[in-house]
Amino acid sequence: MSQAVVTKLNGAFAASVLDVKEHRGEVTVTVKKEEIVAICQFLKDEAGYNFLCDLCGVDYLDQEPRFMVVYNMYNIATKERLRVKVLVTEEGANVDTVSTVWSTANWHERECWDLMGISFNDHPDLRRILMPADWEGHPLRKDYPLQGPDRELYQGRIS
Amino acid sequence: MGVTQGAEKVSVADCNKVLGNNVMTTSLDLVVNWSRSRSLWPMTFGLACCAIEMMATGAARFDLDRMGILFRASPRQADVIIIAGTVTHKMLPVIKVVYEQMPEPKYVIAMGACASSGGVFDTYSVVQGIDQVLPVDVYIPGCPPRPEGLLYGLIKLQEKIMRERNSFGAAINVGDVVPG
Amino acid sequence: MAKKETMTINMGPQHPSTHGVLQLVLELDGETVVNAVPHIGFLHRGVEKLAENRSYHRALPLTDRLDYLAPMSNNLGYVLAVEKLLGITDQIPERAKVVRVMMAELTRIKSHLVWLATHALDIGAMTVFLYCFREREDIMDMYEKISGARMTSNYFRVGGLSLDLPEGFEADILKFIDAMPGHLETYEGLLTGNKIWRKRTIGVATISAEDAIDVGLTGPALRASGVDWDLRRDNPYSGYEDYDFEVITRDGCDTFDRYTARLDEMRESCKIIRQAVDKLQPGPIMADVPSVCLPAKQDVTNSIEGLIHHFKIITEGFKPEPGEVYQGIEAPKGELGYYIVSDGSANPFRMKVRPPSFVNLQALPQMIEGKLLADVIAAIGTLDIVLGEIDR
Repeated sequence: MSQAVVTKLNGAFAASVLDVKEHRGEVTVTVKKEEIVAICQFLKDEAGYNFLCDLCGVDYLDQEPRFMVVYNMYNIATKERLRVKVLVTEEGANVDTVSTVWSTANWHERECWDLMGISFNDHPDLRRILMPADWEGHPLRKDYPLQGPDRELYQGRIS
Repeated sequence: MGVTQGAEKVSVADCNKVLGNNVMTTSLDLVVNWSRSRSLWPMTFGLACCAIEMMATGAARFDLDRMGILFRASPRQADVIIIAGTVTHKMLPVIKVVYEQMPEPKYVIAMGACASSGGVFDTYSVVQGIDQVLPVDVYIPGCPPRPEGLLYGLIKLQEKIMRERNSFGAAINVGDVVPG
Repeated sequence: MAKKETMTINMGPQHPSTHGVLQLVLELDGETVVNAVPHIGFLHRGVEKLAENRSYHRALPLTDRLDYLAPMSNNLGYVLAVEKLLGITDQIPERAKVVRVMMAELTRIKSHLVWLATHALDIGAMTVFLYCFREREDIMDMYEKISGARMTSNYFRVGGLSLDLPEGFEADILKFIDAMPGHLETYEGLLTGNKIWRKRTIGVATISAEDAIDVGLTGPALRASGVDWDLRRDNPYSGYEDYDFEVITRDGCDTFDRYTARLDEMRESCKIIRQAVDKLQPGPIMADVPSVCLPAKQDVTNSIEGLIHHFKIITEGFKPEPGEVYQGIEAPKGELGYYIVSDGSANPFRMKVRPPSFVNLQALPQMIEGKLLADVIAAIGTLDIVLGEIDR
């Protein structure tokens, strides 16, 4: 049961856990970014979350801290999901890499860097993956124009 | 690298220079045009979803082989390039290099909404239509166009090739092809 | 002692065997691959950013173009994620759930047919390509009857389906399902005992179960390495818990096992479709949630309330509560996940797609290191990647 896992997490990393929420049957734990590698290693070894489904960044433009890095993980044996979110500020937009815990994080973190601009410390190969290598800017940020910086904004109704 | 077609400016006199305008030269032109249009060899340039419909057009139900169309993987052996799918800024240099490697006479078909005008994807990374870079002969609308649509586009290209003038003259180096 | 030098060659992005615009920079020592670096992004269209500027209904056609070989699968994942976000998952009518399962399994067969066609074509078996595409034309006829488009169907809606099944559809799909096992036997007859096929696929592109889980591999490629995990059975959605099917696993971890696993998966899909057709009962196809679901067409044209209702939903959209969900489904290529964040407005605040091919492609370098150049082609084929999904 995910609640048991959250209790164990609270016990081991009480200082880092900021918030635990349950919405639509899914448990989300918000933690501070400093101990993320230790938390992920704990979840993989002790709680059995051996599969990282997804790692992405979310840009909350008007909130402080601006970014959130979201780790969606899955326990193959007990078939449970868990979400861990990490707060990242705009000035210190870097997080430790978890590719030592799950090597699938390698490309996900490259995409997060490419599109959001959140860099990952100690990443084996942090370079752009989807945009051309000489592209400037991080397109998925909310203040980046949809049509790109060199084209006019679309004048029609888009929503 | 190196060879760019059409780099020399054609003088005004050369533009109007044709082999002749009589029934013999036009019949020769007709033979050359007919043989070119009935054996168009496209280059496999499938980028996205339209590539799958192109493959389906080449498969058993909507056969392309019966029209003389044979897909060639190398640009050096191809007559026409069918840009099937979304063109992104990252892919553009590749398309240019491949297009320049094709020998004359060459034609371009923009298949699908994305190749014609950017399609649904009006975003930072998508080129809004391949006609911004290449001279397109036929646009095929659809997302993706039905195989019948691709066949119709190819037939239209064949008709366009048939309307060209001075093809025989250009082949023996007297003047240039006058497009139809 | 002679100095050993490696040769770096470039494969793609325009290449007949790369299944799309994938660039592989290979470092070769003779014919042996020393290192392989995939470069992607040549089809990056900005789907996630585009979805942030459109309402939930209008972002649905964008999902068709992600994995364009299995469009209804992507639609299903998105629609389930939005329904979970709204909290209306248990209000979806039974008929809609059954038709969703039926079309999802038909889509699985469609995607696996393209996989087999292109994989066999790359290895040299051209007949299989034409046979598989012939079957695929029948499936696309059914797609067209049900949704209007051969490929990018955009058939499911948030809350149910857009249109009901046309008349005679059950007979069509049963006719197809009855003929399918015979076709599968034809393919097996051409390939499974074939000496060339066996030499090119047995022992090629292997990956162990622990490495596969670590690198994030999912789908038939993972199950062929012995890991018994299928989201349809383990985290069921859209009524999959009521169907009786087997999860195909193999122990060999190589290309041949992935080939037999996918063929058996097609047989299981036929079983599920037959059960779904038996379960079909007449009923509503759209949930009864007025703020979200579009009204039936007769109401729109015949009553003013229906017209206003339709107008409001199309122009303003619906506004879910702030929150986030992650919905993973078993797409033909692996686990397709949608992570949707809502801030209470009519547009998704963030839509992240977790594409199975993106993560499966990460396994490619370790599958082909130390192997021959010809095995690279077999490895790309067996991973079953589609660039539309990888690059989004």
